[in-house]
Amino acid sequence: MSITLKNVSFAYGATRICENLRWDLPEAGVVCLWGPSGCGKTTLLSLLAELEKPQNGVIKYPSAHKVSMVFQEDRLLPWLTVQQNAALACNNATRVDALINAVGLADYADSLPDAISGGQQRRVALIRALAADSDLLLLDEPFTGLDEETKALVLPLIREAAQSRPVVLVTHIAEEAEALNATIIPLDRLPLTGNLTTR
Amino acid sequence: MQNKVNKLLVGAAVAVFWITVWALLSGRIGEEILLPSPAKVLETLWTMWGTAVFWRSVALSLLRILGGYIAAVLVGTLLAVLTTHCRPIHVLLSPLLHIVRAAPVASFIILAYVWICVQILPAFIAFLMVVPLVWANVCEGIENTDKKLLEVARVFRLGHRKTLSLIHLPSVRPYFIAACTTGLGFAWKSGIAAEVICNPANSIGKQLYSAKAYLETPEVFAWTVTVVLLSVLLERVLLYAVKRRKAVSV
Repeated sequence: MSITLKNVSFAYGATRICENLRWDLPEAGVVCLWGPSGCGKTTLLSLLAELEKPQNGVIKYPSAHKVSMVFQEDRLLPWLTVQQNAALACNNATRVDALINAVGLADYADSLPDAISGGQQRRVALIRALAADSDLLLLDEPFTGLDEETKALVLPLIREAAQSRPVVLVTHIAEEAEALNATIIPLDRLPLTGNLTTR
Repeated sequence: MQNKVNKLLVGAAVAVFWITVWALLSGRIGEEILLPSPAKVLETLWTMWGTAVFWRSVALSLLRILGGYIAAVLVGTLLAVLTTHCRPIHVLLSPLLHIVRAAPVASFIILAYVWICVQILPAFIAFLMVVPLVWANVCEGIENTDKKLLEVARVFRLGHRKTLSLIHLPSVRPYFIAACTTGLGFAWKSGIAAEVICNPANSIGKQLYSAKAYLETPEVFAWTVTVVLLSVLLERVLLYAVKRRKAVSV
């Protein structure tokens, strides 16, 4: 069963973000919400992550679903090591270690977030979301602060994750969406309304 | 290591300077009843240490005051959790706690003297002084917990237990430790003040009061030195325990 938005409406005060929005997410693959700042991309992710509740309409999930997310900021727990942060929502230590190795952080597994660079922190946030065995992966500007070399390490991991679940990517950089073979949904004007259509 | 040695040397030099000032002043005044010399105070302290009364007074004062302090840390934390999660309880209790914080400790000692048994009064006063401090600090810690980290917990469905141990407790920890270390000094000073005013049997405060009543100034100084030393010792023990706990949890 896929995730579906049925006539979802949401507003921040007087700013209407979406109205009677309908969207059937695919069962797998990357979908990219593409558009300029302030066009409702992050709010849509917050609704999917259940951090915000629709004021009207419903979002239907498979029963006992699990969501994982890379936020715009890294949001690492400053008192936990890289390994502990990566394993936050995953009990499989082997999988976590494999991901830490895959993104080149093996030497920093016992370091605290403060002791590593911004790009390394971003990688920890990414593998935390990838390690969690979720039914929906949400990525809000996941490549911020990553150089091309590091992006090349991370992209195959996201592609692999997208084979078994929907991945919703928020970006305003078209190359990032292309690198993930994403289906692009252009968003330009608020409120978002009707069916979300692909391009 | 070199840094530690330097720090110790500087500390010792400062102590020697002030003890010399004290000795010079005492010599200039020339009256032990007004300002005893450091040597006389040391001699008195040495004599006191050999008596059972000294150790009994120290032990019972510690027991009373630490009892009140530990109870205050527990109740203050509990109140903070309650008041941050239930607004009506916060509205109801906060004036009471603000009054306790604002009123002079002597008022409470005198009032409590009328109401409760002198043996437990120092514990009660220590409790009363520390509860608002712990309550306010822990409240601040809870309120300052990073909302964005709580969102992480919600998205990843960490559950109540994991959210508490991985986000809430580490966030509140520095506020709690600050309250505990400051509170210990508060408890000790207010507890001894209560003992001086109410004179419970076998207490530092009673010994201090008797020494003053009989104009035994060297003894007053010796008891004061004891109070200061115990205060420093308690604080060091607490900080050591906190450091050790931190090392274990990391």
